[in-house]
Parts: sequence; C-alpha cells; structure tokens
Amino acid sequence: MLKTTPFHPRTSPLVRAQTWRRWAGYQAASAYDPLPDREYAAIRNAAALIDISPLYKYVVTGPDAVRLLDRMVTRDLTKCAVGQVVYTPWCDTNGKVIDDGTISRLDETTLRITSAEPNLRWLSMNAVGLNVAIADVSERTAALSLQGPLSWAILKQVSTVDLSSLGYFRLLQTSVRNIPVTVSRTGYTGDLGYEIWAGADLALPLWDALIDAGTPFGITPCGIWAMDVARIEAGLIMLDVDYFSAHHAITEERKSSPFEINLGWAVSLDKGPFNGRRALRAEAAREPAWGFVGIEVAWDSLEPLYRARALPVDLPHVPWRTSAPIYRNGRQVGFATTGCWSPLLKQYIALTHLRAPHFAPGTPVSIEVTVEHERKHADATVRRLPFFDPERKRA
Amino acid sequence: MSGSRYDAIVVGGGHNGLVCAAYLARAGRKVLVLERRPVLGGAALSEEVFPGFKFSVFSYVVSLLRPEIIRDLDLPRHGLQILPLESTLTPLDNGDYLASWADPDETRRELYRHSPRDAEAASQFGRLMLHMAMAAKPILGLVPPDPASLAPSDLRGLYRLGQHFHSLGSENFHAFCKLMTMSSADYLDEWYEFDPLKATKSASGIIGTFLGPRSPGTAYVLLHHYMGEIDGAFRAWGFQKGGTGGVSAAIASAARGFGAELRINAAVERVVTRGGQATGVVLDNGEEIAASTVVSALDPRRTFTQLLDPDELPGDLVAGVRRYKFRGSSAKVNLALAGLPEFTCLPGRGPHLRGAISISPSVEYLERAYDDAKYGEFSRAPYMDIVIPSMIDPDMAPPGKHVMSIFVQYAPYHVNGGWTDARREALGDSVIKTLARYAPNIESLILHRQVLTPADIERIVGLSEGNIFQGELALQQLFFLRPVPAWAKYRTPIRGYWQCGAGTHPGGGVMGASGRLAAHAILGARQH
Amino acid sequence: MKYDAIAIGAGTNGLVAATLLAKAGRQVLLVEQSDAIGGTARLLEFAPGFRAAPLGMDPGWLPPSVARAVGLKGVAARHAAAPLTLAVQPREFLTLWSDVGLAAEAIGRHSPKDAEAWPAFASKMDTLAGFLERVYRRPPLDLDSRSPRELLSAAGLALAFRGLGRAYMTALLRTLPMPVQDLLDDWFECEPLKAALAPAGVQHLRQGPRSAGTAFVLLHHLVGAPPGAMRRSGRWSNEPGGVVAALEQAARQSGVAIRTAAKVRRIQVNDDAVTGVVLESGEEIAAPVVLSSADPARTLLGMVDPVWLNPEFLRAVGNIKFRGCTAVVAYALDRLIDLPGLNNAAEVLAGTVTLTRTREALERAYDDAKYGRVSERPHVEITVPTLATPSDAPDGKHVLLARMQYAPYHLRDGTEWDTGQREALADSVTKAVAEISPAFADRVRHRAVFAPTDFEHQFGLTEGAAYQGELMLDQILFMRPLPGWSRYRMPVDGLYLCGSGTHPGGGVTGAPGHNAAREILRDFKRRRLRRARWENP
Repeated sequence: MLKTTPFHPRTSPLVRAQTWRRWAGYQAASAYDPLPDREYAAIRNAAALIDISPLYKYVVTGPDAVRLLDRMVTRDLTKCAVGQVVYTPWCDTNGKVIDDGTISRLDETTLRITSAEPNLRWLSMNAVGLNVAIADVSERTAALSLQGPLSWAILKQVSTVDLSSLGYFRLLQTSVRNIPVTVSRTGYTGDLGYEIWAGADLALPLWDALIDAGTPFGITPCGIWAMDVARIEAGLIMLDVDYFSAHHAITEERKSSPFEINLGWAVSLDKGPFNGRRALRAEAAREPAWGFVGIEVAWDSLEPLYRARALPVDLPHVPWRTSAPIYRNGRQVGFATTGCWSPLLKQYIALTHLRAPHFAPGTPVSIEVTVEHERKHADATVRRLPFFDPERKRA
Repeated sequence: MSGSRYDAIVVGGGHNGLVCAAYLARAGRKVLVLERRPVLGGAALSEEVFPGFKFSVFSYVVSLLRPEIIRDLDLPRHGLQILPLESTLTPLDNGDYLASWADPDETRRELYRHSPRDAEAASQFGRLMLHMAMAAKPILGLVPPDPASLAPSDLRGLYRLGQHFHSLGSENFHAFCKLMTMSSADYLDEWYEFDPLKATKSASGIIGTFLGPRSPGTAYVLLHHYMGEIDGAFRAWGFQKGGTGGVSAAIASAARGFGAELRINAAVERVVTRGGQATGVVLDNGEEIAASTVVSALDPRRTFTQLLDPDELPGDLVAGVRRYKFRGSSAKVNLALAGLPEFTCLPGRGPHLRGAISISPSVEYLERAYDDAKYGEFSRAPYMDIVIPSMIDPDMAPPGKHVMSIFVQYAPYHVNGGWTDARREALGDSVIKTLARYAPNIESLILHRQVLTPADIERIVGLSEGNIFQGELALQQLFFLRPVPAWAKYRTPIRGYWQCGAGTHPGGGVMGASGRLAAHAILGARQH
Repeated sequence: MKYDAIAIGAGTNGLVAATLLAKAGRQVLLVEQSDAIGGTARLLEFAPGFRAAPLGMDPGWLPPSVARAVGLKGVAARHAAAPLTLAVQPREFLTLWSDVGLAAEAIGRHSPKDAEAWPAFASKMDTLAGFLERVYRRPPLDLDSRSPRELLSAAGLALAFRGLGRAYMTALLRTLPMPVQDLLDDWFECEPLKAALAPAGVQHLRQGPRSAGTAFVLLHHLVGAPPGAMRRSGRWSNEPGGVVAALEQAARQSGVAIRTAAKVRRIQVNDDAVTGVVLESGEEIAAPVVLSSADPARTLLGMVDPVWLNPEFLRAVGNIKFRGCTAVVAYALDRLIDLPGLNNAAEVLAGTVTLTRTREALERAYDDAKYGRVSERPHVEITVPTLATPSDAPDGKHVLLARMQYAPYHLRDGTEWDTGQREALADSVTKAVAEISPAFADRVRHRAVFAPTDFEHQFGLTEGAAYQGELMLDQILFMRPLPGWSRYRMPVDGLYLCGSGTHPGGGVTGAPGHNAAREILRDFKRRRLRRARWENP
C-alpha cells in the first residue's frame, strides 16, 4: 500500500475516475474529475484547493539555523527577514542542483524548508560543526495550497488575522476556524495563492472549513494534472521532470547547474561560502552551455501534419512528461521535458533545455511530434519564461 | 568406448563445467563431460529429498548467472525460468521487523519508519552500488592479466584495466578502492545508522566466507546484490523454477544441443599426461578416454593435487595450491513443512513469505556468530538466509505443504572434534531453536529435516572443505591471484590441461563466468 | 613579523616540515599547544626523576633522506640486538635476534623446519619492507593525474616494482591484503614463532591477526628496521634528548620561530583561502599557508569553520577510522626486573618482550574490543628504555613501558575511562608482567596509566589514535587520510596536513612532514609562476 495523506478521507471519495498517481511515495490524485479542465479553470478563474502534503518539510532551529541553510542554498538567506519566504535551489560541491524549495523564516532562529525529495541527511551533513537541531516534520504537517484569483476572498472569511497586509512570499500565523495554521503567500501555479500549513491531526477540519467557506466562491479540489498545466504556464521547474537531482542522476551529463535551469537569478555569488560556490563562480564567468526556456508550437505547422493523414489536430489532454527532441535547421539542439495545451493562452507550449546559442527568445526551432505513428517536426518559437504572469500574483 | 576421440574432456558436470563444455561444443569441438555423481549440476542441484518435497539441495537462489551466458546458450529455451524473489524480511529482537519490498516507495517508507536518514541514504547508496557494479562488470568478463608478467598480452591487459579504472572518474575509482578493502560493517557505517539494516546488508558480504562483517575485505561482496540489476537480464535475486538444478539442466540441455556428450556415474581417477601434455583421463573403473584437451571444473586442490601427481607440477604452484584457503563455513538445512511458519513480528501469510527471510538482527549478532566459528565451533545463534520456495513455485511441495531452505552460517569445516552425526544434529537443533525465537510454530510444522554440514557438502558434491565458492573469496585469492599467482588464466603448466571451476577468476556464486572465460581461453589457445 | 607559513604542532613531523620550509627561505612560525616540543616523542616525567615517552616504545624510523634534508647531524638509531622476544611461558623465552643465524638457532629449539625457513622469511620481509620504504619517501601516486611529472614518478615506481623480480612482485601484491595469521601460516608451523611476529601486524589497530591487511601492517613496522630485525627497537644515538632535541636544534638553526603554549583556536579562512590562525589567547597571526601536523579530524573538524568545507568532505573526514585501542602503563622501577629463565634479561628488555603466547589469545583480546570492552586478557608488550638512556631515571633505577591492546576508546554502554577503569587496566597489565617476572610488583615504585582518552587529552590525538588514523588498507597510500586528498593539500587553499594522519602514516618519523613540505614548496613556486604570468600577459 502506498501512503495516504492526512486529507485522504476527504479527497478519496472525490476521485471519480480513480486517476491516482504516486507522489513521493504517497497516493495522490491526478485529477478528481476524469479530465482536469474544470480544475485548471478554477486555478485561473476562482480558487483551487490542492493537497500538497507529500512535500518534504523540515524545521531547523538554533543559533546557527540561518548559517546552516545559508551555507547550503544558493540565495542569500542572511537577507531573509522573519516572516519572509524564499524560493531557492541548492547545489552540491560541483554546483549541480540537488533540489529546490521554499525556506520560511518563522522566527530569528527557526526556519522551515520544503523540498521535493527527502533532504534530512543532506541537512545533517551540512550541519556538521554547527549548533542547530533539525526536525523532519513531513508527516506531522498537513499542507494545502489554495490557488486562484478568489483565494484571498475565501481565506479572508475564515482567518482570524487580517491577511490584507500579507505580501507576496510572506507568511503569518493565524487560525482558520480555531485551527492554528501558518499561511504563506506562495504557490506552484503562478497565480494569486496561498499555502496553508497545519498539524496533520487537524487536516480534516481544515479541509472542511475551507470547502465550507469556499463553496460560494467556487472552490474546487484540484489534482496534479491541473496544477501541472498552471506551473508550465508559469515556467516553474519540477524535479525529476525538468531536471534530475545531483544526488540521484546516474551520469554527470544528467545534472544541471542553476544557470542551466533558469535559476541563475537565485544564485548569489557574492554572499558567504555555500555549496558549489567555486564551481558556480567559474560557470558564471563563462557563457552558459544550456538554457531553460519555453517554446510555443505553431498551430499552423501542426495542422498540415495532421491534415496530411486526414486527421484533425489531436493534442494530449493532460500534460506530458516524456522527453521530446528539439531541432534547429535539422540538428538536434535540445529537448523538451514537459508540455501541454495552455487553455488560457490557447497555445501548445513546452518547457525545453536548449544548447547555447539556440535559447535566445524568438529563435525558430522545431519539435518532434508523432502523428499517426510517424515522427514529424513541427515549427516552434523560443519564448522567455514564464508564459503567464498575472499582476494579481504579487499585487 | 575408445573408438571415438574427443577434442576436449571436461571433468566435473557442475554449472561451470557445463558452461565450459557448452561453449566448446558451440565452437564445434567434440566435447565429453564426465560427472562422478548420478546427476549433473554439482552444487546447483534439485532433488526430491523427501517424497513429494523437492529441494534446491545446496545452492538455492540465482542472481549472478552471467546474462551473456543466458543469451549465448539461449538458456530460457532450455528451461531456465527465474521467478522473482523480491522481498527481504529481517525479524528483530524487539518484536519488530525490517523489510525491503519490491516497490521502492514501500521500501523507502519501511526504512523511514526506522530511520529517515537511512531511507534517504538508501537511494544514494543504490546509485553508488550501481556505479560500482558497472566498474566491476568488465572485470568479471576479463581474463586476469598478470601484473608480474612482461608478456605483451599481460601488459596490454594491465593497460586496459588501467584505462577502465581511469574512465570511472576519480570519485568512483576511490569508492571502488574502498569497497575492495573495507569491511562491510565499516562500509555500511559510512552510510547508514540503523543497525539491523547494516546487519542485513552486510550479511550478503559474509556469505560463503570465513569472515565476519567487521573483517576487512567483505565489503565488495555487497556488490553481488546489485550486479544482476545493471544487466537487466532479470531481477537481482531469483529462484529457478523447480529448484536450482533446473539451471544446471538448462545448461546441460544447451550443451547437448551443441553436440556435447554428457556422462554421469563417470568418476575421473586422474588426468593422463605424456611429456608435459595432457592426453586424456582414466576413470575409476580403469577406462581410459583420450583427448588432447582436458578441462577440470573441480576445485584447485583436486585439479592440481588429486587429478595429477603433484610431482608433475612446479613446486611453487603446488605450494600455492596447498596454502590456498578453502575453510568452508556454511551449512544448509532443508525442511519439509506441514504448513507455513508464523513470524511473531509479521503474522499471517503475507508477501514476506515469498521473499528471503534473513536472521541478522544486528551486526554484533553476525560478528558473534563468526566468533564462535573462529575458534572452531558452529554458531550458537547463526546467521540464516531462509526462503520458502514452495511459496514461489507451488510444484516444490504437495498442496498446502511447504519446503523451506535455510542457508546457515557459520558452520566451520574444521569444527572442533570433527563433524559427527551428533554434531550435525546439534547444528540442526541450534538452527531450529534460533528460528523458533522468531517463528515459534516452526518446530510443530517440521515433517522432515535435512542438515548438510560443510563435511557433507564436501562428501556429496566434492567441494573441498565444503567451500561453496571453491575457495575463499579473500582479497589474496582474487583476480590474478586466484587460485594461485601466475596460474590465474585458466591454463596449467601441463599443456592441454585447463581449469574452469569457481576456484578461478571471478569465482563462485553460480555465475558460470569461470567456465565461459576458460572456454574462450581454450579456444583462443587452439587457434594459435 | 610576517610569516609565509604557520605550522601547527611541534611533533617530529611539524618540526621536519617547518625546518624544510625555512631552509627553502620561507618565514615559518611553529606553534605548539603544550609547553614543550616533541609531540608524542616528548618525554614526560611521570614520576619524580622518571621520564618516558609513553607512545615512544617504537623509536620509529627516520628516513635517512629526511635526516639529510633537515640537516640532522650525529643522529642515528642504535638498534637493539634483541629487538623482539616472546615469553613462551614462564621461564621460557624465544628471542628473535637481529642476527639471523642466532634467531634461527633460537627458533630451532621449537621447530627445525621453521628455523630453516627463517633466513628466507627475514630476507623476504626485508625486501618487501624495502619496497615500501621507497614508496614512503615520496607523496603517494596521484592516480588521476596525467602530468609528465606524475607519469615519470609512476614509471619510476613501476620500474622499482619490476626490479623486485617476479616472485617478489607477486609476493608483495599477495601479502599486502593478507591477514598476518595466514602469512605466518604460509611460512611456519610453530605457534610461538607466529605468536611473536603477529602483534606487529595489529599494532595500534583495532583488528585481530585474522583481519585482512594486517600483513601490510607488519611490513609497515619493518620499514627502517635493520635486516633480520622483526621490530624497530632501540634508541637514538645522541642521547639525551634524542631525535626531538636534534630536530628542534635544526629548526631553530634554519630560522623557524617556535612558540610553545600557543594553542590554535581556529584556522582563519577567507574566500576559500587560508589567511592565518587565531590562538586561544585571541591573538591573530596572518599567513597565506597553514600546515597542521594535528590529525585530520582535529584540524578539519576542530579548527576550520565548517562552512568552508563541503558536506561530502566533512562526512569523509568524520568517517576516518581512528579507533584508538592502545593503552600504556609506565612503571618506575627501583631496579631492573629479572626474567627467570633468562640470564641476559637486560639485553632482551632493551628490545621488546611480548607476552601473548598464541595468535588465538591475540585474536580473543581483539574480540573484547569489537564489542567495546577492554580485553580481559590483554596483549601486553614491554620494554625498558632506560637501558639505553639511563639518564631518564634516577641512578640505577629504571622505567618499564608496557603497551597493551586492546583498550578501545569507546567503551560499551557509555562506560567512561575513569580512574577505576584505568587502574583495573594497569592491574591486569601488572599481572601479565608478573607472570614472567614474579618479583615485578615489588620493584614498582610508581606507575602511570595512559588510556586512549589520556592520549587524546595530552597529545590532541582524536580517539587516542597513536597513528592519527588506523593503518587499514582503505586508509593507506593514496587513500590516506582520504582518497583524493592524499597529497597533503586540503580543499581550502593554503591549508595542508603534514602529520602521521597523512601518507606514509605513523611510526615513520618525519616522513609525512617531509613529503608535505615538498608539496608546499612546489605550490609556492607554482604560484609565483602564475603571478609572473599575470603580470606579463
């Protein structure tokens, strides 16, 4: 049996087509409806409620808590104020990304780090000689992501603390109908949204409270497929899909530096010592060998391919995560890692790794598509990420 | 029957002898295999020991059989069918258990229950082992070059080996050096904290050796569990349908298919030589069979000092063979059961009964088991690796009944006072008593019991001192040192006389690699 | 004063390294935490008028090339004629004289066959140890490097290896990973002889004679021993003061500034490069190079801010096996003990007398240590250093050093190395010595016990490990102290290790310091080259 999250008693009756998947050893809903369209619409139009409990969560406390995380991650944590949340990757000595996640400064000496994969051992290895305590609160903490333009309106109804001052990538402690929670204004959809953290024993009342308060606003439980569409539009990377952890990649070739996965902005080369600094400094001095960008596949190019076989264009109904070669002038210059039809942009989009110099925005490339058992190339254009970035996200 | 002359005679119809014969026959040689016993297969043997109950009498799992042999000899067509043996259960002394399951998520979760750090370390350890297995794999398929030789072929071999190690990159090369020299307990200490996990993993480092988990030189055997995985031929650990004898039968069938002749009840008394050249063999009934090539699949002691008169051999070779260490340390207990054992830590007929059950609750437990053996006693509380083949292959026992195979360590060949019937039964009792601590109903289930000590293994299969690997897999007996320096390339000083048993590189574990490499060496030599 | 380099620890390796740097024109400061020079070779006055170096039973081997390089004059080892004696049983001894003929004669009383094998064994061991000696005189091979210098040096070693001849080449490769137990079984039949030889294979090692790699450790302890001698035993010729005094003199003469009672609190790092040290007093001293003869764990985990070292490296340092398991009892005797059954007790006691009669007893002593217990019947070996250096004891009186194994640093179930534990250990050692010298206890005026924790406190040795890390197969040559970091350079620029935690290890006086200094000087030279190139593009 796979593990189930603390919300499972609520979520499991809602999965109408038994579309389950694995997420970090948990049983997670790909979608509640047979297809994710309505759930995706809720993210961009109303409010979506996503069970993100499978994320790994660690609390680091002690006088050296900031030093520990600062020596581990690429961003400058000494600048992270209490109540602030920071998104950052972290690297090995060779400057290759191990994982990425958010770090929340809960108080002066307490920080919470979330990650896609287990990092307790890595944290402990980094903590040698430092005065800190590391607690794995993954299973003790239930987490929900409430995303969408109406998420604020819902949360305002139930929060005892006024949320109007809660800025983008900030957090505060509050209660939702007497359930103590931490609310951070973060998410994985590129939209206005919040992540709500509570003790696992309070998961069910929390779910009920949010559904109850949210129903008038169209709150919709939402699975991974819909979230995936939103995060592709937002250009947010995913471990094991868009890159491999340096801790698990079998070959050097499979590892990526932050610069190669569009996270160069999150590398602070001038801060104090941190893992991979030497390698990243050297890399920053060179031209990056790879870029991570978006592509838009030209409909006008797709249509003839299908028409030649007397078919209408047929694209996958859910995001795909299998690698697809990208060509330029007939030579392979990279690969796409994930893609989908963007219902909002009305574009067929994908996230791609491209070799220098082919990742400049506007570069014409082509992507391999399979039409009626035959491999074809469809025209595409390189686009800067994100594809979609609404004002409301950070307003 | 001296009318037909053979190109090659293989002495010993164990799996290496059969593999060697099959490869020779496949190359068009006229080959005769001579097996002393009434069945082929050596220690890879299935037998209906008690009516209705079939056992893999000695070797009981398949994991290392080289995939190229499976392909070259097309073994699945000849009856090779490996059934997955995917879980391992370690009952603990506190009533809990440690399990590893086929599903990585389930295994990770189980480990997490005991140690979140170890659950995390496991995936990185697995990646390291994968790299180590990739580093080791070419070596298994390599005729060991002699570093003390100046022959061009040896220098070339050494250079290639150097290139190979260089290609690993320094990180993996260093890890490989550590793996080759450390104790399994120390190696695992660098990764894990949960002691029963270290114990269960290090147990695979001590199987068949006369070493404890804290003895340097045991770490590299950890690789064995990972070797199968990289080849992708089948799962890491498996059970041959009908018992391990089926593996031998499949190889035998392949050999026959290539035209080899296999004779049972044909014990070779000695190898005939004339002027430093092998010319054939003499059976114990006096029959003489001629062949220009004779290949011994027997262990080095028998190959050099029994089939030949040691006076025909150089003194340093004989001295080397005499100091070659066998020191058999394992016993086997086969049980016919009226029903399934009930483990206190995990009651019921769960999936754990379809996998291995490892009695290795702590590193100290294993080390103490070794301490007993060091001083000539069998372990009072032995390490055991248990499988219930009838759970995987119901044909092995009458419906509703079961067979249980218990690999037991340590039971030293040189036990104080020697192996007697009474001591054999005492060993059996100590095994059952130890097992009953974890599965109390076991005693009431036993219909029949077969206990095989190293002395029995020697007597029945012919393995010297009952060593299941035809000699210890100790560092000074590996690679170009196996079985003795300068004679590690399957050749012997007698022209036309070759060795192909597990006593040569790369050694034991039902790999068949020695037989294959020997056959290639023989065929290569003949072309010149 | 501006320094080019600060050397931490004034043991023999620190002194050698500092001297060599100074001789090459560098300004060197040598800082020592205690108030005397010499490290583990330093004499401690453990009772009024009685001095001994508890870890100095083995005088070590000072490679002649090192002595030459440092400029030591008039210092030579004076080897004992009877380096090793086994107390076979009360009133019966087996002395393995340096003189092969005499030794064979003694062995012949136990086994004529072994006596016959002895000269060949002694010569073979001498040749194999001689090859190790060659390997020890330079930094370990860098197997990753393809630089011409490395290839040349690898080729040199390969030629030397070939030069051994086929039989010896094979013997070397086969012997290194062997258990000393099996090595001895290959050669001999009589247990007393094997029991006499085996302990050198487990010296300062938490392993028993059945463990792989102990044959290497035996060879290691034969490096620098005179041909035929199965132990390095004896004293330095320029007493008093021995090699330490000579090294100190050489250091001062070459301009090394020495400060004692100066404990380093932290090695300062900025931007991945060493900038100097901070002393416990708070005093900061700047230098672009810091070399430490303290052990790898103390240096890297204790003195460097961990944020400058990567987690994998920290983990590897934390995994170095120290496992101190040796204790020493120093006895102040009012006169020399006699050994009933021997009329030349003084001659024998000037060398090492080992009291463990069988290898099984040695193995069983180890078994206790595996489970965190002090050996119930420990392995004990004794020597009387004052036979060579009478000035270390009052007139006519003597010091007897008894080294015992196994006394594991980490005791089971949280047991501490308290007074009771240490006295119990000393009692068991006294009892063992009394078995061969019944009057022993009456001659003892005073005794001092040194448990692994004491070595840790007095000499700063992690876990009391005399060799700054076990000489196991995975911790020697290019894997010492860590694979990939065997060339004395550490991951922080300008930081070097130069103690016995580095190749070639402990018991080889000054060789790590010598090899480290060579590498440091190369780096000085290289950096100058690089600077010159920047200036003139």
